[in-house]
Amino acid sequence: MVEWSDFERSTIQNIFANMDYDVVGPKALARCLVVYPWTQRYFGNFGNLYNAAAIMGNPMVANHGKVVLHGLDRAVKNMDNIKATYAELSVLHSEKLHVDPDNFRLLADCLSIVVAAQMGTAFTADVQAAFQKFLAVVVSSLGRQYH
Amino acid sequence: MSLTEKEKTVVRDFFGKIVARSDDIGTESLTRLLVVYPQTKSYFDHWKETTPYSAPVRKHGINVMGGIYEAVGKLDDLKGGLLTLSELHAFMLRVDPVNFKLFTNCILVVLSMLFPDDFTPQVHLAVDKFMALLALALAEKYR
Repeated sequence: MVEWSDFERSTIQNIFANMDYDVVGPKALARCLVVYPWTQRYFGNFGNLYNAAAIMGNPMVANHGKVVLHGLDRAVKNMDNIKATYAELSVLHSEKLHVDPDNFRLLADCLSIVVAAQMGTAFTADVQAAFQKFLAVVVSSLGRQYH
Repeated sequence: MSLTEKEKTVVRDFFGKIVARSDDIGTESLTRLLVVYPQTKSYFDHWKETTPYSAPVRKHGINVMGGIYEAVGKLDDLKGGLLTLSELHAFMLRVDPVNFKLFTNCILVVLSMLFPDDFTPQVHLAVDKFMALLALALAEKYR
């Protein structure tokens, strides 16, 4: 089981309590599709993804970014049992969506970068460590049920 | 994967724009590497301390940034231009190349944090590619 310090728990709760989901979600997913273009393979029906501007202005991308970010809420509320919390979602991503689990890591990296831009210097080294640890657990849990 | 001419321009322009803060960027990035990935401290047993923003961390962060700027000046031939640095890392420092990726993560976070308006997704893409190619060039002489 993952051990969380008090600092890590409160940091994660704070980040998500103060997060503007409607801004961060779209930005993170759009950034992922721009920086790692092969991730576009999962969004064939999202319309125009031909260049960075199109991706960043695409309303389907924006919407899906919000969905994915809200998907993290369950982990935030169940930090002591993220693996079990995401078992079903892991099966979904594996069996129905057929997403290579490495993509979870790529999106997590983009999310860290967007949150860093939002928080500025408040995103200290310790906060970064806590946030990336949380995301690493989420990423691992989402990949857990693949076989 | 290689940098397009357009991406080389993006990299040169961006690093040119932020050069005044390069010491801070180096210090911040190395500090974060040691905090976020504590296993990296294993390379610095010979330092007096590895605490965030301490003197040895600042000195070495500035050093590393110097290397990165050297690479920015050699975008047309990273492998050839960084041969000496590669030999240093391969034969003397013997830093496991996995750590280049960890450092890249830290520097990208720092760039995003300090320059949120300039570190657009397009700049992020070019810089991420540059750092990956830089890491490859550094690992060139490893085996």
